[in-house]
Amino acid sequence: MTISNFTRRAVVGLIAAAGMAAPVAAEVDFSGKTIEWVIPFSETGGSAKWANFFAPLLSEALPGQPTVVVKFMPGAGSTKGANWFQEQEHDDGTLLFGTSGSTQFPYLLSDPRVRYEYNDWIPVMASGTGGVAYLNPEDGAKFDGSANALKDTSFIYGSQGATRLDLVPLLAWQMLGMDVEPVFGIKGRGDGRLMFERGEANIDYQTSSGYLGGSAPLVEAGQAVPMMTWGALDADGNIVRDPTFPDIPTFKEVCEATDGCETSGEAWDAWKAFFVAGFPVQKLAFLPGDTPQEVVDAYTAAFQAVTERGDFADISSKRVGKYPVFVGDGSKSALQTATNVDDNAKAYVLNWLKDSYGVELN
Amino acid sequence: MEVFATALPALGDAWALILQPIVLGYLVLGVVMGLAVGVFPGLGGIAGLSLLLPFMFGMDPILGLALMIGMVAVVPTSDTFASVLMGIPGSSASQATVLDGFPMAKKGEAARALSAAFASSLFGGLVGATFLTMFILIARPIVLAFGLPEMLMITILGLSMVAILAGRIPLKGVAAAGLGLMVGTIGEADAGGSLRMATYDIPYLTDGLKLVIVGLGIFAVPEIVSLLRQDRSIAKGASLGAGWLDGVKDWFANIWLSVRCSIIGVIVGVIPGLGGSVVDWIAYGHSVQTTKDKSNFGKGEVRGVIGPESSNNAKEGGGLVPTLLFGIPGSGSMAIFIGAVALLGSGDIEVGPSMLKDNLDITYSIVWLLALANVVGTILCIAASGGIAKLTTIRFTYLAPFLFMLISFAAFQSGQNFEDLLALFVIGLIGTFLRRFDWSRPAFLIGFVLSNPVEKFTNQAFQIASFRFRKSFSEGMEYVFSPIVIVLIVITVVSVILGIRQAKMIMAEGDVQAGTKRAPLVFLLVIMAYLIVALVNANMIPDYNMTDKIIPLVIGSVSLFCCVILLIQMTRRPEGDAIFADKEIAGEDASAPHGLWSTLAWFASLIAATWVVGFILALLGFLIAFFRIRAGASWQMTLILTACGIGFMCVMAGALNRDFPPGLLQGMVDLPWPLK
Repeated sequence: MTISNFTRRAVVGLIAAAGMAAPVAAEVDFSGKTIEWVIPFSETGGSAKWANFFAPLLSEALPGQPTVVVKFMPGAGSTKGANWFQEQEHDDGTLLFGTSGSTQFPYLLSDPRVRYEYNDWIPVMASGTGGVAYLNPEDGAKFDGSANALKDTSFIYGSQGATRLDLVPLLAWQMLGMDVEPVFGIKGRGDGRLMFERGEANIDYQTSSGYLGGSAPLVEAGQAVPMMTWGALDADGNIVRDPTFPDIPTFKEVCEATDGCETSGEAWDAWKAFFVAGFPVQKLAFLPGDTPQEVVDAYTAAFQAVTERGDFADISSKRVGKYPVFVGDGSKSALQTATNVDDNAKAYVLNWLKDSYGVELN
Repeated sequence: MEVFATALPALGDAWALILQPIVLGYLVLGVVMGLAVGVFPGLGGIAGLSLLLPFMFGMDPILGLALMIGMVAVVPTSDTFASVLMGIPGSSASQATVLDGFPMAKKGEAARALSAAFASSLFGGLVGATFLTMFILIARPIVLAFGLPEMLMITILGLSMVAILAGRIPLKGVAAAGLGLMVGTIGEADAGGSLRMATYDIPYLTDGLKLVIVGLGIFAVPEIVSLLRQDRSIAKGASLGAGWLDGVKDWFANIWLSVRCSIIGVIVGVIPGLGGSVVDWIAYGHSVQTTKDKSNFGKGEVRGVIGPESSNNAKEGGGLVPTLLFGIPGSGSMAIFIGAVALLGSGDIEVGPSMLKDNLDITYSIVWLLALANVVGTILCIAASGGIAKLTTIRFTYLAPFLFMLISFAAFQSGQNFEDLLALFVIGLIGTFLRRFDWSRPAFLIGFVLSNPVEKFTNQAFQIASFRFRKSFSEGMEYVFSPIVIVLIVITVVSVILGIRQAKMIMAEGDVQAGTKRAPLVFLLVIMAYLIVALVNANMIPDYNMTDKIIPLVIGSVSLFCCVILLIQMTRRPEGDAIFADKEIAGEDASAPHGLWSTLAWFASLIAATWVVGFILALLGFLIAFFRIRAGASWQMTLILTACGIGFMCVMAGALNRDFPPGLLQGMVDLPWPLK
């Protein structure tokens, strides 16, 4: 099965399930209990923001209105926390675990530190995001919807590391034939944007919320020119324009317009596989693998109720972005989409990491 | 003038927002909570803010801001208690305060040191806010002028403070700083992900050591052990000399120093990416350089307290600039603050460039809430300082077990691993020996703190510079030698030259007697062995990951070179030379009634027992055994004190929703909290 087939089926299932997941009144009661939502990152990251946004809503929606506290267990780029969660068993349903793209990528790339198995866990909620790449005004003027005029320019990009989410932009730029030199060791995308603003970097990308908050004002002020989004997935698993940025072309469009860049073949399949794992299904919430069905149902119903709040679209768009939230079976399909990359795509990326950045993951 | 036209109405609006009774009430509430959290060394603002987060959702923005800022603002104030009274650096902002604050406490001048520190903090906070009110409007281009070469130079300026703090044998100071830098490189490299002195089989090491643990290990553990051996109170003779009013007078007499250090604090705080790690050292260095009689530094010079404390609260204000204008947090607590602001109200306040355009009144409210919180916090702290200073008159044997309890808990919070406790013990051992043989501990800590920035900025600046040079030579030169860089180079060179001249007078460890050759020589050889292993290890990193190996190779070689010279000097100089400084020869440590190893064994036993039965059970046994056997307390006293310790631990950890280190027992049986 090719990756795009797989993705399509998974996404079809995912969208369908998200639409019809019927909350069942569960006989689970969390009165007086405290639910710990463990995040394998520090208090300061995007996953913290995500969990802190959902925690009070979840608390209201769960039977018995338990206190939901977010706990942080940072270490080894989230592998420490994920390895810990792998060892946890169902107790009384008061343990929830959140992962991010940074947990997915080492898993997909067979990082030697990974001792966790996504398929052992029960997903109850998944949400995604998008990303936008942009250029400085000087080079942005040369951008005509294709990267043809950008191939002779040297670019500098502040990067968090080639094996992290930055894999997606770096691979995309390389496929376009652009010469982008990453400066590694950036601590967060905000630092990357600052480097861009100082003129030390001349290309950058931000996830949707980061772009809206920090980069869109630069675009308005004429200090940056948007280049492309990574796109979003439609019901058939095709990459379409990101609904948050309908006016910005997707990487797919730019690739089609650029000489030498192809939207088929192993490079494209590999890019798409990692894009899907890193963006449309970026963050997932899990229960331990042996959790009884009624507890799973209670969480599913609670998250369902959260997404059905009248004000959900409004409050979530400001805090976590305008992207679909999958619950119940939808989150299961989302997990499948996010954690299954076929061996060719994986081999291609591992090889590319080694050739381009000397990174060997074993 | 145009600037004033927009600023003044916004400033007026801001004051109108702040000066509502309910806002002030929330601010005071935040301050009180911050003070309560601040007593835990190494936990501070992050724990407190995380605790507040669930309440922020949909809260009226100005109330939420008042509550959060109240809490954040007082942490650099309240952690002064731990620094001055116990020699425990509460956070990176109060490391330099330990150098002179703790010796003052030992002289019985704790109240004076505390009130001088608080007065300076208050003043620094106000100067910072005043400066920011104007500066924030024009800050953006100035912040953007600080690129990687500029940040590298500021880091090097911070590192150059080693010259002042190097001690009597400058080479030893340089080697100590080099060792600190090398210890700071342990773990996965930021750039290429290579492992240095670490393996995937010990995941703990791949993340590197945490500042909290190194700070506690280097400063707190050796002091606690030393005082415990001497079996006396912190204040010699158990009497309190100068009171809190003297401290305020001291501050007023040094007001210009306080002004200058406040400005240093704001400016360094404004630069994103540096945070608080260098500012107190630069302020301390400045205090030393501008003092005529330098002989008292390290022994309880009040200017050594006023300088860093003026700068660290001003820095919090400066840190608002990158946080609010760029959305880039200057510290861990600021990062949570950004996340929390997004939860406030209807989520309309988004930190970033729009804070100046659309939310200038909110921005000013934040700046002045911070200043106001400083005032409230300081007044509370000064009011409490006289009473709390009495702690220094208690027989230390009754305090020590609680301190071991606190630092173990603080260390565990940094990584939530049992290994955190082991690391604390090992670093504590290193600290104990650095102290014994008069190797500069501040130099080691500066090296450790700046290890990551030095490496990161060097690599990144080098990469971008070579990119510019490829374009054209002049463009490269323009990038590397900007006017700011040149000014910083001049300041650094001057401070190094002055520093080396003055270093001999500043004895951070007091006047240490020299003794026989063997012990200092063995310690030097151990350090050399570590450096050699680290060098070989770094050299094994493949060449395509040059960014990961170059810094450890260069720093390691320089440190090793210093050690070799020291070795040669040691073989040629006679016994009794200053190079063979050893605290076990004469002085307080040598004449202490208790031995070093038996005292350390108490601490080790707490950690070992934790490994078996978990922290709370281990603590129970430890406290009872310690009070009965070491302190010789009655059963009644023992049980009361033990109950107090355990109770305090459980209440604080319960309120902050923190766990305790589990042991083997917890792995086998499910126990209820707090035993789990």
